[in-house]
Amino acid sequence: MSSELNRGIQTHRETHPLTWRISAAGGPVVDLDRYIALEGFSGLRKALTLDPVDLQKLVKDAGLRGRGGAGFPTGIKWSLIPMGPDAGQKYLICNADEMEPGTFKDRFLMEDLPFQLVEAMVVSAYAIGASVGYIFLRGEYILAAQRLNAAITAAKNNGFLGSNILGSGFSFELHVHEGAGRYICGEETALINCLEGRRANPRTKPPFPQQAGAWGRPTIVNNVETLCNVPDIVLKGAAWFKELSQGRSSDAGTKIYGVSGRVKYPGLWELPIGTTAQEIVDLAGGMQDGLELLTWLPGGASTDFLMPEHLALAMDYDTIGKAGSRMGTGLLMVVDNQQDIVKVVGNLMMFMARESCGWCTPCREGLPWTLKVVRAISDGQGHQGDIEWLQEMTRFLGPGKPFCAHAPGAMEPLQSALKFFRRDFEKGIRVGN
Amino acid sequence: MIIRDRGEPLVLSSEERSAIEHAMHHYADPRAATIDALKIVQKQRRWVSDAAIDAIALILGVSAADVDGVATFYNRIYRRPVGRHVILVCDSIACYLTGYENVYTRIQETLGIKPGETTADDRFTLLPVVCLGACDRGPALLIDEDTHVQVTPDQIGKLLEQYP
Ligand SMILES: Cc1cc2nc3c(=O)[nH]c(=O)nc-3n(C[C@H](O)[C@H](O)[C@H](O)COP(=O)(O)O)c2cc1C
Ligand code: SF4
Ligand code: FES
Repeated sequence: MSSELNRGIQTHRETHPLTWRISAAGGPVVDLDRYIALEGFSGLRKALTLDPVDLQKLVKDAGLRGRGGAGFPTGIKWSLIPMGPDAGQKYLICNADEMEPGTFKDRFLMEDLPFQLVEAMVVSAYAIGASVGYIFLRGEYILAAQRLNAAITAAKNNGFLGSNILGSGFSFELHVHEGAGRYICGEETALINCLEGRRANPRTKPPFPQQAGAWGRPTIVNNVETLCNVPDIVLKGAAWFKELSQGRSSDAGTKIYGVSGRVKYPGLWELPIGTTAQEIVDLAGGMQDGLELLTWLPGGASTDFLMPEHLALAMDYDTIGKAGSRMGTGLLMVVDNQQDIVKVVGNLMMFMARESCGWCTPCREGLPWTLKVVRAISDGQGHQGDIEWLQEMTRFLGPGKPFCAHAPGAMEPLQSALKFFRRDFEKGIRVGN
Repeated sequence: MIIRDRGEPLVLSSEERSAIEHAMHHYADPRAATIDALKIVQKQRRWVSDAAIDAIALILGVSAADVDGVATFYNRIYRRPVGRHVILVCDSIACYLTGYENVYTRIQETLGIKPGETTADDRFTLLPVVCLGACDRGPALLIDEDTHVQVTPDQIGKLLEQYP
């Protein structure tokens, strides 16, 4: 059973570049002829007539920002890769690890439109001069693996992949690399270690993957949704892409937003970037009967909670950032008023502690300890000073202190919960000690 | 000095060997096929024994310690025996909000095992798993290769019957 897509909105070819084909076909497009009939591979045909460096510039001018969570401008990332005849072997990796709790958009894009990602990877590989690519897919996405592998085979048999693609002289080999389950594999340098057959501990940056990534070679890592935007940018231009946000945001393009939690119709929607959180929750039918919205996470388990009054904000990188959170993956998770917020934080912290890769002490030791204290408070067994101690931890494990961004991400829901729901934490402190 | 008894050497089947060799060709360095190799062996044998680690190390040309380092890092490589079917229950936040705990408890009651345990008849092993990317349809769980969504405690009996 697939996720519900675009419930209650009309999709058009011009305004919904990522999902219109699924609506037009009335379901998944997993057959090559069907994809081609829906204008598939026309972005690739055009790309192959252009100069790779011009393609990089086009993506930069379009203002595409990474959809994997950090929002880094894709064209700028690409422009840092060495080009020219002496650049040697380069790699393109699609980050399809998608293990951020509350996130389910990449799964959908790969299951229901696998050729779009294949096409996007060939175009992107051509733009950066990569001859080999990997789709780094989490092992639990079994249907996605089947469909992607079938799409790769069909594309290869029909000249869209492999050597001398469509007679252009450009060659590109693409493989699906399946992981075996660890959240940290989504961090791009840990991902590269995993790909190389090592324990997936992150690497020091610099060097950045663009300089020295897989097997020490220049490597670009991009999220599934980021890449899927590329063929249409090539086909329709930077100005068209910028207008997709319909003036709702200084960011460009559409975004696949989603809602989970106890709303009436959880699902996914492709909308102009900068659509307000309220509009998205409304599309999901609002809260289930008898429930009210207590608080919400804008984009996954490693973002700060926001309150009902923040629903009026535009869901884009800068607006949500200014409100003290992060847009992250853009998939909203709503917490209803029947939930115990300290227990909710405990669940998030359990995930974070378990998924620490163990490389650096503050995270390996600090997250389980933090979990223990949060659990004690939710059991009514907290001690005087625990809340202050938790606040100290959000600073100790904050940005720049541990080795990678995992532990700072883990602290985001906690620090915001302590800010908005301090009373609930105080209730779990035992009196008299 | 304690020397671990690694048991009888294990000989990989020709299918396992050729699948591993095929995977090796996808990468600049055979070591990159470590996860593929572990999964190939696990698919045949359900879990990865010490002897299997040695056999994989030999074919990839890396040390057994390196292979074990990879095997023990990832959640879904099993270094201890598991049952014929592995049940992975998502315990992340969206499934928490939609009530995975009731489902998890019902499975434990039905099978008489706790998370991390295997039933006496070797039929099921129960483990938690992080977000399965089905957060809009929670509670979600994975049994072998099948994702089940919007699972309710009352469905558990029927659901498990599908896995003899
Ligand atoms: C702990 C952690 C987990 C991450 N998981 C993912 C993931 O599952 N998918 C993803 O695309 N990016 C993930 N990222 C972000 C990547 O490191 C990287 O920024 C991203 O893949 C770059 O692609 P983009 O620029 O297209 O967004 C994660 C980062 C961290 C720190
Ligand atoms: S912060 Fe955590 S996940 Fe990142 S390197 Fe340190 S231990 Fe590993
Ligand atoms: S939280 Fe359970 S599938 Fe995402």
